[in-house]
Amino acid sequence: MKIGTPKEVFEGENRVAMTPDSAKQLQKLGYDCAIESGAGAGAGFSDAAYEAAGVEVIKTAAGLWKEVDIVAKVRQPDATELKRLTSDKTLISFFNPAGNEEGMEAAKAKGANVIAMEMVPRISRAQKMDALSSMANIAGYRAVIEAGNNFGRFFTGQVTAAGKVPPAKVLVVGAGVAGLAAIGTSTSLGAITYAFDVRPEVAEQVESMGAEFVYLDFEEEQADGAATGGYASVQSDEFREAQLAKFRELAPEVDIVITTALIPNRAAPILWTKDMVEAMKPGSVIVDLAAERGGNVEGTVADEKVVTDNGVTIVGYTDFPSRMAAQSSSLYATNIRHMMADLTPEKDGQVNHNMEDDVIRGATVTFEGEITFPPPPPKVQAIAAKPKEVVPELTPEEKRAAEVAAFKAQTKQQVTLLGVGGALMLLVGLVAPASFMQHFIVFVLACFVGFQVIWGVAHSLHTPLMAVTNAISSIIILGALMQIGSGSFLVILLAALSVFMAGINIFGGFLVTRRMLAMFQKS
Amino acid sequence: MIGFTTAAYVVAAVLFILSLGGLSNQESAKRAVWYGIVGMALAVFATLIGPGSGLWLLSVPLIIGGGLIGYQLASKVEMTQMPELVAGMHALVGLAAVFVGFNAHFEIGNAAAAVAAGGDAVKELGAFGQLIAKKSAAEINILYVELSLGVWIGAVTFTGSVIAYGKLSGRVTSAAEKLPGGHMLNAGAAALSLLCLIWYLNSGGIFPLLILTIAALFIGYHLIMGIGGADMPVVVSMLNSYSGWAAAAIGFSLGNDLLIVVGALVGSSGAILSYIMCKAMNRSFVSVILGGFGGASGPAMEVEGEQIAIEADGVAAALDDADSVVIIPGYGMAVAQAQQNVAELTRRLRAKGKNVRFAIHPVAGRLPGHMNVLLAEAKVPYDIVLEMDEINDDFPETDVAIVIGSNDIVNPAAQEDPNSPIAGMPVLECWKAKQVFVSKRGQGTGYSGIENPLFFKENTRMFYGDAKASLDKLLTMIE
Repeated sequence: MKIGTPKEVFEGENRVAMTPDSAKQLQKLGYDCAIESGAGAGAGFSDAAYEAAGVEVIKTAAGLWKEVDIVAKVRQPDATELKRLTSDKTLISFFNPAGNEEGMEAAKAKGANVIAMEMVPRISRAQKMDALSSMANIAGYRAVIEAGNNFGRFFTGQVTAAGKVPPAKVLVVGAGVAGLAAIGTSTSLGAITYAFDVRPEVAEQVESMGAEFVYLDFEEEQADGAATGGYASVQSDEFREAQLAKFRELAPEVDIVITTALIPNRAAPILWTKDMVEAMKPGSVIVDLAAERGGNVEGTVADEKVVTDNGVTIVGYTDFPSRMAAQSSSLYATNIRHMMADLTPEKDGQVNHNMEDDVIRGATVTFEGEITFPPPPPKVQAIAAKPKEVVPELTPEEKRAAEVAAFKAQTKQQVTLLGVGGALMLLVGLVAPASFMQHFIVFVLACFVGFQVIWGVAHSLHTPLMAVTNAISSIIILGALMQIGSGSFLVILLAALSVFMAGINIFGGFLVTRRMLAMFQKS
Repeated sequence: MIGFTTAAYVVAAVLFILSLGGLSNQESAKRAVWYGIVGMALAVFATLIGPGSGLWLLSVPLIIGGGLIGYQLASKVEMTQMPELVAGMHALVGLAAVFVGFNAHFEIGNAAAAVAAGGDAVKELGAFGQLIAKKSAAEINILYVELSLGVWIGAVTFTGSVIAYGKLSGRVTSAAEKLPGGHMLNAGAAALSLLCLIWYLNSGGIFPLLILTIAALFIGYHLIMGIGGADMPVVVSMLNSYSGWAAAAIGFSLGNDLLIVVGALVGSSGAILSYIMCKAMNRSFVSVILGGFGGASGPAMEVEGEQIAIEADGVAAALDDADSVVIIPGYGMAVAQAQQNVAELTRRLRAKGKNVRFAIHPVAGRLPGHMNVLLAEAKVPYDIVLEMDEINDDFPETDVAIVIGSNDIVNPAAQEDPNSPIAGMPVLECWKAKQVFVSKRGQGTGYSGIENPLFFKENTRMFYGDAKASLDKLLTMIE
């Protein structure tokens, strides 16, 4: 089959869905590759580079759409492009299915299969084709660079001959992929970086990137991010108030704010209100990565850079990945290539559109004339974050109470045992003569000592223990020795035999114990 | 002289206690065994010069003669034969207790005759006889009970140990075998013994004592015959305990406190060992003694997958890559006499800077602590030989676990299958290691006769063959 990439028709879009590198990989999967002439120009890939990689260059978009079986592109297709779909074609692209009802209807009417790259589920196996993440990574990086471009100072603090320069303070709101990329870039430029996210479980990631996590004084069970596929969910009003109060407190201090807060399929929440913008120092910069969905900042204008009356620059560009087209094209093309690899398990150049596969099913929005959006929840739970087992911290009083209870139980047990034992002793004492009782006391005490001592014996020395107890149990020889002086022949014979056997035992037992113990050596 | 003897007994008793207490670690144990030797020498010496002893000319050569034989036995015995040796020596103690008990019976008769004759006859008795002659009727009755108890326990210990010796040395089949009638026979013999005891108390004749002895000998034989090979750790420690109780009972009948003290020490030591062993198998003492495994409470879990074999070169390559290795030896290692090869493998791996350790299950082998002794003999340092509780948590971080001749003690069914006969038994969780190699002769099951899912796990490879031959082959590939 043939896979092709047209030139992006969206105004200002520089990215391209196939690079010469990815084309080589696709050919290994058994596909023929085609590209519209000039499609890679914006990202710095010439037609010649494609041809060198064995890609057929087709002059017009119409020709390409007609020629190929699979179309891979970046931006959501427009009406003209949708018209070019036919029932035997597969389109792989960003599609915005939640806000693109007409697009899906059109694709359904044409009978084409559409895979929406933003619908790739967030599971470990699918990370290699998660284009949202790879694009967000670039956006986060670019946001910091863009902020630096508009910020008239250093990021890092310096002490120079010409005076001391304080480091810039950067606040990143939303620690998703873009936020984390922004944190990484900002800290590596030397700025003091703070980060905030509604999901407290990301604090660890934030801190691992070198930023300080901004905690709220707020007690509410936060929805676990894993339950919503790793994305943030809508917050309660109280939480939002606490959050805004914290931001208000931070606004006069920070020089650069980068907002990345998006909730899937909703308008971006307003997190940086007008009064916060006004509280900021002149010359400060705000980069709003959510501008496309209305922005997190009051005053953001999509695709534009505005300067407020108090000298704060608000950057509302929506095309950060496109501004780094070479980088983003190569990452996006790799995502597409991995998607194709999953679609081509046999590596025979034939698409096997397996709707049983979680990843492919999740990303497919129209299939064989049916709209298959929204997909069922993936069988594999996203981001394996188990809720931590909360062991309630015991208060000192509770601990004390538990100790007292354990002590009481122990005392009770011991007293019971002693009581029963004592009663038994008394009973024996009532019937037995005194001479017996004397010996009996010795016996009980010896048992007691034995139990106390033997528990301390190391497990590894159990065999020597048996050998030595064996040797000393031949103490029975004392009995035989006392009897051997008797006058009766039979008694002497039996006693002599006993002495002999016990003799074997004594020497054998002790000797073998010594042999064994001598073998135990430390390394 | 009586004062000296008693004082010597007190010192000896203290020395014996120190001797047992010193076994709490390997270093102090080397000193502890000397306490025991000195204690024993002191006790024998004090008795020889004390009241009531006679016939030095007979006693001393007998002790020396016995000592020579004991010396021969102890210096020649292979460490793999330790279980047999220990069991055999228990038999001697048991038999000696029976003889001493019978002697006590004869002496009672002699004393009674002497008292009846009156006059100087009593004075001509030995020290023990004189002691008896002073006893009241009630005391004589207690004496009867004590000595028949001593004889009974001694007789059970004797035949039990002989059978245990036979099973451990392979002269008697190690499978659990019972005569028709099973435990009813044992119960019958025990009831008979009780009747004989009452008869004996009333008549004081030799005849009931003989029947009692025969019944006890039968119980010892039949009880141990009904217990399988892998339960031998419990059996041997139980017999160890019995030999102590027999000594204590004889001590009562002879009125000798040192015998009582030492008997009680040995008895409790054996009892604790039995308890530890039973706990390690998650079985009650009674179920071990009654023999065999209890029936499963439901169908056993189906084992899926297949056993994948591997050759020595594969094991060598994996060991080469591994940083941490845990070796789990079992009875199979002792049978194949492979401990030297295991030790050599350990030395070579350690020389390469790998972390090699041993995991010992409490019931591995046929004697408590059996594996430790074998490894010590092969000069494996004891500080890398760890107990189950010490090492079980480390398996997930272990690269390679090697199971040599163990089966039930590494059976995951104990944790995973509530219907398994060994469910709940603590096991070494070696399957959590990244890779497991099992050195095993064939595809058979372990003592408990149940399938081991470990062998079917994805990270398990079976290294078939005699443990010693397999390791020989492996050693040629590891420099």
